[in-house]
Amino acid sequence: MENNSEKITIYVMGKKHMVPEDLTIMKAMEYSGHQFTRGAGCRGGYCGACATLYRKKGSYKLEGALACQKIVEDGMYIAQIPFSPAEKKTYILDEIKPEAATILEYYPEVSRCLACNTCTKACPQDIMVMDYVQASLRGDITQAAKLSFDCISCGLCAVRCPAEIVPYNVSQLARRLYAKYIDGPSEHVLERVKEVEEGVYDQDIKELMTASKETLAERYNTREIDLNE
Amino acid sequence: MSSFRSTSVLRLHPENKVFNERIKELSGEEIDLCFQCGACSSGCPMTQEMDYLPSKIIRMTQLGLDEALDSGTIWVCTTCFNCEVSCPRGIDVANVMESLRQLVLRKKYDRVSLDELTPEELRELPPIAIISNQRKLTG
Amino acid sequence: MTKLAYYPGCTLKTTAKNFDDSTVASAKALGIELVEPERWNCCGTVHALAKDDVMHHLAPVRNMLRVQEMNSEGQVDSKEMITLCAMCYNTLKRSNQTFNEDSDKKQKIQDIMFKEEATYSGSVEVKHFLETLKEMGWDKVKEAVKTPLTGLKVAPYYGCLLLRPRGIGIDDTDNPRIIEDLFEALGAEVVNFAYKQKCCGSYNTVHMKEVVGDLAHKILKQAKDGGADILATACPLCEYNLGPRQEQVKVQYPSFDSIPVVYFTQLMSLAFGLGDEAMAFEANRPDPRPLLREKGLLEE
Repeated sequence: MENNSEKITIYVMGKKHMVPEDLTIMKAMEYSGHQFTRGAGCRGGYCGACATLYRKKGSYKLEGALACQKIVEDGMYIAQIPFSPAEKKTYILDEIKPEAATILEYYPEVSRCLACNTCTKACPQDIMVMDYVQASLRGDITQAAKLSFDCISCGLCAVRCPAEIVPYNVSQLARRLYAKYIDGPSEHVLERVKEVEEGVYDQDIKELMTASKETLAERYNTREIDLNE
Repeated sequence: MSSFRSTSVLRLHPENKVFNERIKELSGEEIDLCFQCGACSSGCPMTQEMDYLPSKIIRMTQLGLDEALDSGTIWVCTTCFNCEVSCPRGIDVANVMESLRQLVLRKKYDRVSLDELTPEELRELPPIAIISNQRKLTG
Repeated sequence: MTKLAYYPGCTLKTTAKNFDDSTVASAKALGIELVEPERWNCCGTVHALAKDDVMHHLAPVRNMLRVQEMNSEGQVDSKEMITLCAMCYNTLKRSNQTFNEDSDKKQKIQDIMFKEEATYSGSVEVKHFLETLKEMGWDKVKEAVKTPLTGLKVAPYYGCLLLRPRGIGIDDTDNPRIIEDLFEALGAEVVNFAYKQKCCGSYNTVHMKEVVGDLAHKILKQAKDGGADILATACPLCEYNLGPRQEQVKVQYPSFDSIPVVYFTQLMSLAFGLGDEAMAFEANRPDPRPLLREKGLLEE
């Protein structure tokens, strides 16, 4: 890989590397010889697999980022957090209600929230994590679901929480409750499902299934993307 | 309870000064002012559940005896501040109880666990009960 | 309408919704609009007593910052933050005091709260709704009464945190009058009883319900022996320990007869004639409605 950009210094798990200044943390790590076997996924900021903690030179602040999104800075100390240990509770959505008691039954540790806001500070998606944890504690499922909409479950909030809460699991429960009981079914999805069931897309799918690799590549490369949609 | 019972002369031994000072620092209370009138104990609603009366706990801290940390008393105190309003020496006994609890809780000890509550209890108990229970009795 | 910032707290939004509803309605009947902040968090329920504890002041201070913001945006008419739950009141009031008196802690709290857009100045005044009523004057309360609570013997139950510690309580620690004065204004007969300031067992209800059963029995029996028909409280934890926990009392004391326990604002809503939605008695256990019907205060 050739790169003529200015080189800066980063520290990966304490080891010094010189990397081009315009790379993301993930690319910079690969540039410096690391290979990701865990802690990398979509590389587009959607999957939440590449959670990273870092400190910048001259600052005491511990910050969170997605390695595939954050551009390296000079003197960055980096550690990957590919996984956060957490138990996701099993529940039957039809049998639970959108209320505080449900949250407390499955994730009673939300009652330990200190409102310290450390989760919000750690969130690479700029979500008001503490606010949605607090909203779920008082049974405001709508607010909890809306505030947490951009969550990709990277786990940084859970790693940093002094009350040992796993906020992203709580918000997933809140969003599921919101979708099922408060927001209601979404009409355009129902319409599309009906079309699928009626076989409207059968011919298109068949075409794709039997197309050659070259045809597929050609179609992908010339596809239309409507950015306004 | 060995040193508490075997100490023939009740006074602050030099080796116990550290604990005495630590409690003063953490509670912010002038525990040495206590003259054992027992007003705190007489007003306390929880004494029947306690192994040592609150006034006795204060005496133990005056003498720097860290056996106070092993007492059941510190865990049944509800921080109702009855002792605080009764004390003629202006000591907030509830603060002393809190500092003793904190010293134990800060050593990775939890008195209660959310894991022990049934789903029914978690649904039924008001948030205020669960939150305060966790705040006071876990580290 | 006077607009005042209102901090309900978690429990008033969940198991004590009847406290919330009856408060907002009865305040309105007195010309006060209680405005809830758009964002708020749990106050932590208990004050951080350990002198080196900064972390637990963050939650209360953050809420006071929210009220300060409401103030600077002109959403409310005063610097007051009205609370109802006795535990919220105590925690917020004490943290506010700590924040204003301890410059070292103040600095640390502000440093940790760097993500907030504004900085809390310490200017908010934490108040209990009962204090607002007292300042307004009991005559004003009397004027709003449509159905005087004639013949209803009410035992005011203060519990701990409305009155203690010294310097924080809303009334005289030994001889409080504030709830008594309210009920006299509402036309009820006030029953004085020795255990009105005794602890209900508080958070021990989670893991030591037998202990709470004992304490609740003592308090309720005292009130009944004094002739009370009903207890009125200002704390959702007291309400739970003295109300729903009566089932536990009956297990320990089989001859115990139940007695209703309600929030003082529910009886205000009854006296002001604000309707079922405001009174919300259906959420109380034991059900106070048979008693209130018997007294001719509620329609069948």
